[in-house]
Amino acid sequence: MTEFQTNHPTDEETVQETVWEQEVAFIDSVPRSVAMTFVFVVFIGTWQLVTALGMVSPIILPTPMETFKDMIFVGQNLLTGGYMLDSLWITILEVIYGFALAIAIGFSLGVLVGETAFGEKAVMPYLVAIDTMPKVAFAPLFVAWLGFGIESKVALAAFIATFPIVVGTAAGLHAADENARMLFKTMGASRMQTLIKMKLPTGLPQIFTGLKIGAVGVMAGAITGEFLGGGKGFGELIRVAASQLNTPRVFSLILYLSVVGLVLYLIVQWTQRRVVFWQKETVGSYDG
Amino acid sequence: MTSAAAHDYSGVPQGAPVYELTNVSKTYARNQVVALQDVSLTLRKGSFTSVIGSSGCGKSTLLKIMAGLIPPTKGRVILQNKPVTGPRRDIGMMFQQATLFPWKTAAENIVLPIEIRDGKAAAKKAMEAAHDLLEMVGLKGFEDVYPNELSGGMAQRASICRMLITEPAVLLLDEPFSALDELSRDLMNMELQRICREQNATAFLVTHSIQEAVILSDDIVVMKPRPGRIAEVVPVDLPRPRTLDMMTTQKFGEIVDRIRAMLDKGEDM
Ligand SMILES: Nc1ncnc2c1ncn2[C@@H]1O[C@H](COP(=O)(O)OP(=O)(O)OP(=O)(O)O)[C@@H](O)[C@H]1O
Ligand SMILES: [Mg+2]
Repeated sequence: MTEFQTNHPTDEETVQETVWEQEVAFIDSVPRSVAMTFVFVVFIGTWQLVTALGMVSPIILPTPMETFKDMIFVGQNLLTGGYMLDSLWITILEVIYGFALAIAIGFSLGVLVGETAFGEKAVMPYLVAIDTMPKVAFAPLFVAWLGFGIESKVALAAFIATFPIVVGTAAGLHAADENARMLFKTMGASRMQTLIKMKLPTGLPQIFTGLKIGAVGVMAGAITGEFLGGGKGFGELIRVAASQLNTPRVFSLILYLSVVGLVLYLIVQWTQRRVVFWQKETVGSYDG
Repeated sequence: MTSAAAHDYSGVPQGAPVYELTNVSKTYARNQVVALQDVSLTLRKGSFTSVIGSSGCGKSTLLKIMAGLIPPTKGRVILQNKPVTGPRRDIGMMFQQATLFPWKTAAENIVLPIEIRDGKAAAKKAMEAAHDLLEMVGLKGFEDVYPNELSGGMAQRASICRMLITEPAVLLLDEPFSALDELSRDLMNMELQRICREQNATAFLVTHSIQEAVILSDDIVVMKPRPGRIAEVVPVDLPRPRTLDMMTTQKFGEIVDRIRAMLDKGEDM
């Protein structure tokens, strides 16, 4: 046997520790809150500067203060159940219905396309063809078919959000690897069992990616529908404010609207964390 | 299904033929590759057989045909007196990757074959057996752990349990431990030997390692490529149970050298 020299430090020797500082650039060591505040301040500062120096007409760009005041006004109207709340509620309903419809249709089509050879061969090409069209261009059609009520907006919202969900579901169903398929085959699993117990759970991350893209699209669809098809939603408020050159109002309405979109996105993300609990976070974790 | 006693469920006496392959050939229709040609092979109850051969000589194809995953183009596969025409309960299979599903705990993964075949209620009843199996492979206490938290070797142990939960009469293993480091691999192989003896299972192992084949097997099937066929069946007459230090014996070395020579010759063809 070979003898190995061991390196135990004797009592007299002090152990040379090799704890060392990892070099981190200053800008990366700033906490998130500070970094975000910094960017916010720079943004508002530039905005203030540009407007205060009169570089652009106040009709095109209001000052931050004006916008802030209007946000408070709109906020009060919303909180006291004013007419804006009714409008917001209409838009929220359009978004909810549109998203629900998009999930139902998108998921079904996704399974058809991702699971059956027929769907892949005969349905997918048409979906790709429609998906490459500018879907907003269908808005006048939906208005003609469904009228000026919320139905036409729901339709456009759902129409836009369906495709990412189809793609996400179909991709998810293809995500299972050869080993998992073989394994299910050896267990004598039926096609339905393989789909429900293996392919769908395996594809959940992709399905949720589709849902998140769809959640963004559904907002865009509802507001575009309102721009092009009238009605009483929040989009109509924005359109009216813009036509009256009330730019601070436009800005503050957009900000409130983005809160709705953000909440929808966060709901999807929260659901994803719950359902796909095994999925590792890909961003924001440093040492496991 | 017969529900015989725990350790000899097949009822076939020791040494009797379990698996019989007669002139099995396989040509993949897609690319007209002749993956197997006239493979005839008999596996005896309780025996351990390894297949070795260069990459692409049809080892995995042979295993898939034996498992009933793909049909042969010609020939006959009989297991326990019944022709193999699809996946069967008396066959346990293990692949190179552990393939545990991350949304199920270790124990839930292990009872998955039962869940698929007999439903959730039966799977629940099998939980106890799953716990016993986990204990047997040294994973006691990991029943409710999700696969993300298991090491590669632990995952492979769990997938052994999943293979064993249906008490299969034959185990088909396609390079099950090749993803592990050599040390864990040796340990897992000894574990595998113990399990096979304990369960009196018939094992058929595909491997690339000559040492692994020799230390585990009663017979080593050496295959030749293009088209894949059996070159020779080499018996290993080392005593049982095998231990890792047998790897240093002269006899072990002789058998290894013999097989290596055969494989080298095969390369020239
Ligand atoms: N599904 C398939 N379709 C067409 N040809 C295949 C298929 N699977 C395997 N082959 C071909 O059959 C031959 C044998 O493949 P097989 O996977 O059985 O080899 P192997 O001995 O397991 O190789 P390895 O040691 O690399 O795993 C190869 O030439 C391969 O290209
Ligand atoms: Mg192979």
